[in-house]
Amino acid sequence: MDAVLLARLQFAITIVYHFFFVPLTLGLSLVVAILETIYVFTGNELYKRMTKFWGKLFLINFAIGVVTGIVQEFQFGMSWSEYSRFVGDIFGAPLAIEALVAFFLESTFLGIWIFGWDKLSKGAHATVMWMVALGSNVSAIWILIANAFMQHPVGYTITDGRAELTNFSQVVFNLPIFSHYPHVFAAGLVTVAFFIMGISAYHIFRQNELNFFRVSFRMAALIGVFGTIMVGVIGHSQGQEINQIQPMKLASIEALFDTENPASLSIITIKNPFTGKLVIDWRIPAALSLMEYNKLSGEVIGINQLQAQYVQQYGPGDYVPPPVVLYWSFRTMVGAGLLMILISVVAFIIELRNFYGKYRWFLRLLPLAISLPYIANTTGWMVTEVGRYPWVVYGLVKMEDGVSKAVTPGMFITSLIGFILVYGLLISATVYLMIKFGKAGPAKEQDDTPDFSPSLVTPSESQ
Amino acid sequence: MALNTLWFIFIAILYSGFFVLEGFDFGVGILMPFLGKNDVQRRTIINTIGPHWDGNEVWLITAGGATFAAFPNWYATLFSGFYLPLFIVLVGLIIRGVAFEFRGKDDNPRWRSLWDWCLFAGSLIPTILLPVAFANLVRGIPIDANMEYVGGFFNLLNPYALLAALALTLLVLLHGASFLSNKTTGEIEQKSRELVRWLWLLVALMLVIFLVTSFIITGVSSRLTVWVILFPVLGVIAMLAAGYLVRKGRFGYVFLTTCLTVAFFVLTIFSLLYPNVIVSSLNPAWNLTIQNASSSAHTLRLMTIVTLIFLPIVLLYQIWSYWIFRKRLTGDVDKLTY
Repeated sequence: MDAVLLARLQFAITIVYHFFFVPLTLGLSLVVAILETIYVFTGNELYKRMTKFWGKLFLINFAIGVVTGIVQEFQFGMSWSEYSRFVGDIFGAPLAIEALVAFFLESTFLGIWIFGWDKLSKGAHATVMWMVALGSNVSAIWILIANAFMQHPVGYTITDGRAELTNFSQVVFNLPIFSHYPHVFAAGLVTVAFFIMGISAYHIFRQNELNFFRVSFRMAALIGVFGTIMVGVIGHSQGQEINQIQPMKLASIEALFDTENPASLSIITIKNPFTGKLVIDWRIPAALSLMEYNKLSGEVIGINQLQAQYVQQYGPGDYVPPPVVLYWSFRTMVGAGLLMILISVVAFIIELRNFYGKYRWFLRLLPLAISLPYIANTTGWMVTEVGRYPWVVYGLVKMEDGVSKAVTPGMFITSLIGFILVYGLLISATVYLMIKFGKAGPAKEQDDTPDFSPSLVTPSESQ
Repeated sequence: MALNTLWFIFIAILYSGFFVLEGFDFGVGILMPFLGKNDVQRRTIINTIGPHWDGNEVWLITAGGATFAAFPNWYATLFSGFYLPLFIVLVGLIIRGVAFEFRGKDDNPRWRSLWDWCLFAGSLIPTILLPVAFANLVRGIPIDANMEYVGGFFNLLNPYALLAALALTLLVLLHGASFLSNKTTGEIEQKSRELVRWLWLLVALMLVIFLVTSFIITGVSSRLTVWVILFPVLGVIAMLAAGYLVRKGRFGYVFLTTCLTVAFFVLTIFSLLYPNVIVSSLNPAWNLTIQNASSSAHTLRLMTIVTLIFLPIVLLYQIWSYWIFRKRLTGDVDKLTY
């Protein structure tokens, strides 16, 4: 295997793994902050217990999100040093700002939150959690700004063989960020909604801590309805944006091999990889034009035409991202998304009307549905990132020009195996702890569990 | 002052901050299995750094990010050239980071000893390997005309780098022990004080040997600057002051002096490096310098503004977090978090 493929594989595995934990961090930090704020304002102990229970699960998730994030920051230089040289003048800034502005904030304040229960006033302690939530979300914004440059480079000029920054505000207010951050934020809401609904349903089914888990469930179902619909709306406008800035990605997602006007939407398209002939190709006429232009006509350019155009523009080469991956990733994401809208709405109705007795099977399904947002999050990023093929920076740097020269395939294999082993250990431990604490439920009233107990310090006489 | 020099200074400050802060929590992590004889003692030791280690580690992340933004070629050559050592450092930081959170979440002794081991190894690995990396930047590594590292893994493990690793590791142990002697009571406090007394002379000797060797190996005597003299001298003075204060039993001030010692020794390494950022052992013309490795003036100006606004804010809330948790831990089980 060559170095480029191994470097890609490693980046793909480590970033997918990292993003497995990010959306829950984004959503749950916010939920815990809200719960604690309600506790501060109402003084209702129920909300303190909710803060502590969901907060404990948050911490398990957060720890692994942090350590896998460090890998990403180092990996640009380790595996993609030529890319780093070429775009460092622009790309380094958002990463450095992320660390300075956001990562410091969330890490320092989380330490204070975990250990500060009896060191701070109630209000200050809740404010600290808001700082954590703010840090996590600002962090996501800066990382997405960096990614937006890779998707749609702006605000630069090529000087002395590298990209140099000319306009920072263009980089910050780059077009994709306006859809990517809301999309990721809403995905975080959906993830936390299904996480809380799944665990709550498990306990409601067993009549355990009914009050605690019904309040949690109601809140989560509401967040779920809001979040899933928000993702759908943003996703729709994002599709139109991709048509403008990365038409090849859109054509591959839709398996549109030749330009059409009005363009049809594929229901199912299967191509024989050996003959190159389409085995099945069921399409709805004009539906793709409708999605892209909000009317029944409008040209969508096909893969073949774009390939020819790019060869002319950028020189010979393959500019078609693997349509199979994009086509099915996209449909998996959308399918999971639609299913989640349905589940959220049903869950909300069941909770409002207290139909739990009637729909016990639904409660049994909800813990399994925790996987849905994870599936959608992962396949969504696969569409975004694999769809950038063959570019590291769209139209500017190809993958083979970005990989490190000093790193041999043997080194990549070593680190790849190492990461897989370590990440395997981590995911086992995380899932074990999540299930253990998720099933155990909240601590009994007036009884803090020792390992999450507030204070740890008492004054000492000496020195 | 030229922006390139300013950014070299910022990065030196960020790495100094990292080694001073994460230095003591690495030290505590390495000492934990030896000073903590039972689970309660180990938990007490871990809890002394519990609120801080994550915020401390961000100094490294920020230093890395700042290197990327201000000196992309430095970042690219360093991180790709030191691929395997950095991979091992990453594994260390990963298993260490989760160990804090996971260790206390299950009572099974095998679970706890697994994460104890991760915490120990994850603290020791970066403590050894990061000085190896910095020593090699100063000493020179095979860098070709295209700024690419052309050596192997074992090029990095030369005697000078190993000397740096040994000296800095011992310093980190001293630093960690002096932190513990201020944050614990009873048996752990006594043992930490004992360790500080034992380690002090050894560390002082190693650091002097390391300094002398550094001056010889870098040939810096031909291009002396005030900083190249000042930082090691201040470092030695801080170390001597530590020895004096240990004898007087003033362990609060001992920690202050070990902080200063670590800071001055990191600054010494950076002052030996300047104006290079990586020395090429093949040809001095191929050195990476603050000029040929840097970003454009536009980016450096932008990053300067951001840093001047946000670094003071970070310092303020980090100082606040140390203020909140300034008291000693007594080892009362009900009051332990991790």
